[in-house]
Amino acid sequence: MKIRTFLYTLWQGIRNMFKNGWYSLASVATIGACLFLLGLFYSIVSNAQHILYTVEEGVTVTVFFNEDVSDAAVDAFGQELLQRPEVRDVVFHSDEEIWATFGPSYFGEDYQEGFPENPMKGEHNYEIYLTSVSMQGQLVTWLQSKPEVRLVRYSEVTASTLSGFNGMIVYVSAAIILILLAVSIFLISNTVRVGISVRSEEIGIMKYIGATDFFVRAPFVLEGMMIGLIGALIPLYLIYYLYDYVLKMITTRFEMLSSMLSFLSLEEIFSVLMPVSILIGVGMGLLGSYITVRKYLKV
Amino acid sequence: MTRREKIKAERDKFIEENGIIFLDDVSMNYPEKGNPAVKNVTLRIDKGEFVFIVGDSGSGKSTLLKLLLREIVPTGGDVHVMGQNTKRLRHSQIPKFRRNLGVVFQDFRLLKDRNVYENVAFAQRIIEVPSREMRRNVPSILSMVGLAGKYKANVKKLSGGEQQRVALARALVNKPSILLADEPTGNLDPNNAWDIMDLLAEINEQGTTVIVVTHSPTIVNSMKKRVVAMKLGEIISDEQEGEYVNED
Repeated sequence: MKIRTFLYTLWQGIRNMFKNGWYSLASVATIGACLFLLGLFYSIVSNAQHILYTVEEGVTVTVFFNEDVSDAAVDAFGQELLQRPEVRDVVFHSDEEIWATFGPSYFGEDYQEGFPENPMKGEHNYEIYLTSVSMQGQLVTWLQSKPEVRLVRYSEVTASTLSGFNGMIVYVSAAIILILLAVSIFLISNTVRVGISVRSEEIGIMKYIGATDFFVRAPFVLEGMMIGLIGALIPLYLIYYLYDYVLKMITTRFEMLSSMLSFLSLEEIFSVLMPVSILIGVGMGLLGSYITVRKYLKV
Repeated sequence: MTRREKIKAERDKFIEENGIIFLDDVSMNYPEKGNPAVKNVTLRIDKGEFVFIVGDSGSGKSTLLKLLLREIVPTGGDVHVMGQNTKRLRHSQIPKFRRNLGVVFQDFRLLKDRNVYENVAFAQRIIEVPSREMRRNVPSILSMVGLAGKYKANVKKLSGGEQQRVALARALVNKPSILLADEPTGNLDPNNAWDIMDLLAEINEQGTTVIVVTHSPTIVNSMKKRVVAMKLGEIISDEQEGEYVNED
């Protein structure tokens, strides 16, 4: 294609968009509304997952050893733990460290008085941080099978609840995103169809004069892509300000909540949402117009 | 001789003999209709001819035009236009094929959001004529159809006769070998109708083959040209300087 033909096509695409102002507005509104819902839902779901992940990160399994296990064996056990896939990190708590933590909270600053020996002797342990709470059961079974282990402390209810929540969020969000996408495609293809059927006569004239399918289709496809892009940028702009506003509101009005929960930053949300929204908007505009014009090219 | 070579030889012979359109035992059956729209039509039109195709409604005139434009392919027989069998044209070859055919319709079919100049220039843009050349060709063809002074006018504001002149200019600007006109005077008053017919005759004198589909006896009988009459999909007469009586 020659440059002047490309420029002509581009100009026609822009011109068509303004010429069919109401149709363009309806298409932008449809794409915008769908992508706004998608963006909103994505922001909520990814934050929910982030909060869940943060809570999960705090879930630990604590393992205590039999009295006759030597310090060297405990060290070796720690190394072995780090090699396991279920384990993200391991923190060792010595008897002294435990006494220094618990002593003051139960007996005040003079906690060592009356205790010539460390009452926490033999309580040294490993605090194990998990790769995923869903792997807790597997790790606990392994730990309980080890002869040097005296006690394994863990919360089965927390792990299974978190794991269940996580699974539910993944499935529900995937289902809702798919439904939203299907609804968007349906609405957009209908809007494009209405817009193009109005211009079917124009397409017919072009074909009778000897225009190639590409020449006829290109302005419509460009128009669809531009509508898709605008339809994606508007909800992104809205979500950008809305997200920031909601985050600020939560941190100022609900201080308690914000200290307990951690939210994703605007940059983290937009690093995924922006390319995905633009891709979906432009893609839907392109596909919708490409497929719909095809029907009218059979002249 | 292979089949392909045989087809090429036949085509070359036909063109050599001045043939531009050849319908060889052509039939067209629409699946949804009982009777064939065109039935066993054999017709030869030579370069530079002026031919009226006449007939009442449902006689098959429009189907014949669609066959020539390769909008449809015959269910029987072959349609040869400028040596090309339309049945053998691939979808991607149709645009190039149509660029040799100028078409004018009863309802003008202009791009209503563009002015006179843009409507005519559009046909040139399609075949990627350089802008400089386009700026020469379009005013020249507009002055030929008598619209040089109205090149900026919105086509919606023109009279029926003027709109048909724009359509004619658009059909002619790419210098087609054949001009197909489907009821070109159907929406025009007698004065404008005669102006358009005079223009068509002038174009024909310059060497373009002109085929006019009409059911207006006044025009056909005054022009004294070749008349191909159709009835119920069949050619019932084909005469030089023929006459036509409308039975509608």
